[in-house]
Amino acid sequence: MIGAGHAGLACSRFLTSRSIDHVVLERGEVANSWRRERWDSLRLLTPNWLTRLPGCAYDGFEPDGFMAAGEVVAFVSRYATLAGAPVRSHTTVTSVRGVDGGYHVVTDAGTIMSRAAVLANGACNQPSVPALRQAVPPSVESLTPFDYRNPGQLPDGGVLVVGASATGVQLADEIRRSGRRVILSVGEHVRLPRTYRGRDVLWWMDASGVWNQRYDELDDLKRARGLPSPQLVGTPERVTLDLNALTASGVELVGRLSAVRDGRALFSGGLRNQFALADLKMDRLLDTFDAWADNCAGDLDVGPSERFEPTRAPDKSRLHLDLATGEIRAIIWATGFRPDYSWLHVPVVDHKGELRHEGGVVSDAPGLYAIGLPVLRRRKSTFIHGAEDDAREITDHLVGYLARNR
Amino acid sequence: MGFENCAGVNPARGGRTMAETTVNNGVNVEALLAAREALKSAPEAARFKWRASCKWQNGTHSETKIEGFHGLGQEQKHRTSFSFDADHPEIFASEDHGITPVEFMLVGLASCLTAGVAAVAQNRGIQLRSVEARVEGSMDIQGILGIDSEVRNGYDDIKVTFNIDADASKKDIEALVAQSQKRSAVYDVITNPTNVTVEVA
Repeated sequence: MIGAGHAGLACSRFLTSRSIDHVVLERGEVANSWRRERWDSLRLLTPNWLTRLPGCAYDGFEPDGFMAAGEVVAFVSRYATLAGAPVRSHTTVTSVRGVDGGYHVVTDAGTIMSRAAVLANGACNQPSVPALRQAVPPSVESLTPFDYRNPGQLPDGGVLVVGASATGVQLADEIRRSGRRVILSVGEHVRLPRTYRGRDVLWWMDASGVWNQRYDELDDLKRARGLPSPQLVGTPERVTLDLNALTASGVELVGRLSAVRDGRALFSGGLRNQFALADLKMDRLLDTFDAWADNCAGDLDVGPSERFEPTRAPDKSRLHLDLATGEIRAIIWATGFRPDYSWLHVPVVDHKGELRHEGGVVSDAPGLYAIGLPVLRRRKSTFIHGAEDDAREITDHLVGYLARNR
Repeated sequence: MGFENCAGVNPARGGRTMAETTVNNGVNVEALLAAREALKSAPEAARFKWRASCKWQNGTHSETKIEGFHGLGQEQKHRTSFSFDADHPEIFASEDHGITPVEFMLVGLASCLTAGVAAVAQNRGIQLRSVEARVEGSMDIQGILGIDSEVRNGYDDIKVTFNIDADASKKDIEALVAQSQKRSAVYDVITNPTNVTVEVA
């Protein structure tokens, strides 16, 4: 098992229950990315009552709250102990190669021969930043979400946040509240209200079965796997952090950043359609929730159906921004994350850097598995509670593989 | 013609197949989807070059011919060659032998979005009865006349209004139009910057 995050540990627990001898290799400590690669204010998008791992549910006093990064570290660490996971911390995998009958795993603390290997290194090992970053003049500081901790570390002046997924909207909001001028560049995005008909929107995702949709039932799996994270934030007030909320707090919305030319950032004039696509998609999802609620046997404790104001488009969104005038002093690239497979010397990664797999089973490399990737086996796969079903099924497959190949 | 660069084919929604529906908008979605699959494994064949040859006639009048293009790994030809006159109207002291170049941009945008609407509707099993698009581009000609250097030469705003009669809800029609924009080549060219090289041979 490569990686002792929540997904690797969930899988480890199932392996233990099936008496499969294994080790969990961890480059740092358990839940490492939550310790080192998160900004200060980040909280989970899922409420506490949903934050569960196989055999371990939240048992605190705030079921509707959202864990801060430190609380996630504590939760996952406690889980590692409860599950008795055989974690080898501070052990970085530097190479995995296929050999006859298994995998040769090289670490900075020795080598291991294994019959099977599970890649649980996560989907967000490195920020994914577009190449046009290179054209940004040096007078403007560039930061990724891995570099960013809080507004205090930013140079004085305006900030351009590129990307309007969960990361982008959260950082734009926080930086705006620090008193800075913020411009948010918006491409394709997923709009969601925090609560719908009186319930957390993720309650609806869970209860209506949308989150349980399997990878092999989706019309366009590639698209589902590439979707940006939803515009959500976990706060005690359960506020909705959509683009209308950001506009109301004074964030300026501009189109997708399409080029940096002669020191000027050029934005797409297609902002209105990005809004239309996201509004329509949100309404279709709410229609799905309503239809499910209408067909539900028994009483559901939910409010009446509701629809939200369409995203307000600025009369004219600006199409360019001169980066040399000092109007903005920093750019934050909230343009997504990707896994790092630079150490995986098995030819199963495509030209876009993505692992080729069928629901976590790497068909081209028998005995190789993945867990914790977007829509790995279900829409919920990358959420903490989504690890359980995937881990159980991956373990089943792995146990079957070992039995067939004694 | 021209679905290759304009079509809004999105198999993500609907999931209806041709066999289950009698919808016919005259778009061969099966062929487009087959081409999409084939090009996934041969990305070099997906590289197209579109060409036009323009010849000055007199004054602001020019004639542009379009005949061949490159795609699917080889030279291709239109069924016949097409020719377009461009000029300026008489209020510009021209002879008005054809529409203005900026109006050709509107032709491109409207026809691309309309083709996209038809293709997406076919793929989503929506029967169209009529589709009409009105396009209006606003421009301050102080730019091209060099009166005010702060004013840009080109359009500062373009508005497209669709009137669509189809077997679908308003929301579904709005979704068609949104998806058509998402996959439109001309919409992309107009809304995003493009590198342009102009040289003297």
